[in-house]
Amino acid sequence: MTTTPRQVVVTGLGATTPLGGDVASTWEGLLAGRSGARRLTEEWIEQLPVQIGAPLATELPLARVEARTLDRSQQMALVAAREAWADAGSPEVDQERLAACVASGIGGVITLLTQHDVLREKGARRVSPHVVPMLMPNGPASTVGLEFKAKAGVHAPVSACASGSEAIALGLDIIRAGRADVVIAGGTEAAIAALPIAGFAQMQALSRRNDSPESASRPFDKARDGFVLGEGAAILVLEAAEHAAARGARVYGALAGAGISSDAYHVAAPDPTGAGAARAVRAALRSASLEPTDIVHINAHATSTPAGDLAEAVALRTALGDHIDAVAVTSTKSMTGHLLGAAGALEAVVSILALRERIVPATRNLDALDDEIALDVVSIDNRKIGTGAALSNSFGFGGHDVCLAFTV
Amino acid sequence: MSQDVLAGLAVILEEVAGVDPADVTPEKTFIDDLDVDSLSMVEVVVAAEEKFSVKIPDDDVKSLKTVGDAVSYIQRAGVAA
Repeated sequence: MTTTPRQVVVTGLGATTPLGGDVASTWEGLLAGRSGARRLTEEWIEQLPVQIGAPLATELPLARVEARTLDRSQQMALVAAREAWADAGSPEVDQERLAACVASGIGGVITLLTQHDVLREKGARRVSPHVVPMLMPNGPASTVGLEFKAKAGVHAPVSACASGSEAIALGLDIIRAGRADVVIAGGTEAAIAALPIAGFAQMQALSRRNDSPESASRPFDKARDGFVLGEGAAILVLEAAEHAAARGARVYGALAGAGISSDAYHVAAPDPTGAGAARAVRAALRSASLEPTDIVHINAHATSTPAGDLAEAVALRTALGDHIDAVAVTSTKSMTGHLLGAAGALEAVVSILALRERIVPATRNLDALDDEIALDVVSIDNRKIGTGAALSNSFGFGGHDVCLAFTV
Repeated sequence: MSQDVLAGLAVILEEVAGVDPADVTPEKTFIDDLDVDSLSMVEVVVAAEEKFSVKIPDDDVKSLKTVGDAVSYIQRAGVAA
């Protein structure tokens, strides 16, 4: 017996990113091809080999007292979630049928580091009693769950740079399984600090273009040399289609399916065959009841690392066959930098808007496509697309592969 | 009751928990009236120890239900010191 899974639609979007303090300004920045990367000016930056990043474009609109017991990652998640919830019409929902899935790749690392300094310099009595709820990786999920009184479960799947996408995939599963009707889902990351930058730099994962930050993130380009560390949050309101219809909600599109796999290859290096990533893409297609030929657009993970971008290109051809030549591929990270655990959530927002507006933002800094990358990467000018489905990929250290499928 | 201690506590409560200083009067309870949760109460105590140069052991914190309780405790502890 086969049953049609419950349809899940997207009814609200929120974000705070290196390009803007909300979804509208971020989308406008993407269409304009702006870069959110800049030279960092913190006092600790001089000691580091990498001195660029993509911090938030705007101050967070939170009261001082509200912000002081929340890690920056929680603050960003709260701001994005409030925007998404308002965008969904601030619905009156049954709290026992409302869940939150908000992920972070690293958790409250800025709190961890600053409070460790307090411990060493001033002693244990001066450590904040809020430090544990601020640094725990489920902190942002808890913050969002408390804000909207979500009582059907609060979740924080942790899978490095795939975390945001995995949170959305989990939200889909929860609604399909009937455990909730509405899920506030997404990701957040605030890791622009000396230790994470030093660590990523030691992995040779970051671009060293300190003198030209706006051209440092160059996915699929011949001269790419690593990613640019960004920060931000993005949140989607996911809703059972019948629930959205019953309240007359504005629907952006459907979260049609999701696929999750794991490489079992290496903790950090991508499998050069792209086998795991390809399995995630095919699983997403099956989950969405889509054929490869339904896909018109792919928002690639494409962080601008030499090995990662190449492996993804191989994976996409493996998964979609020759149809990949007819798919408009782009990399949001060319403009926003890499938001780690928020990346997949932001790119889900961007994928939905691209389908809805029928336009794919061009990949910035793609001056010369790598000869080994056999993809139709949109560059220079944004591209109009027809109707169809879109995929958004996210991969993470640990060998995590997640692919989301959207339709409008 | 020391107005200096009361005013000092009001400054701490505003800083830590966003409490309006006008609401900080002796009969108010920290948790129910001023909405200071147990974690923020720890911050209030540590800040008060520093501001008034007193020690407030964790076991004694439980007995400080109202602003007036805290003011009296700090005055006694200050005299003892």
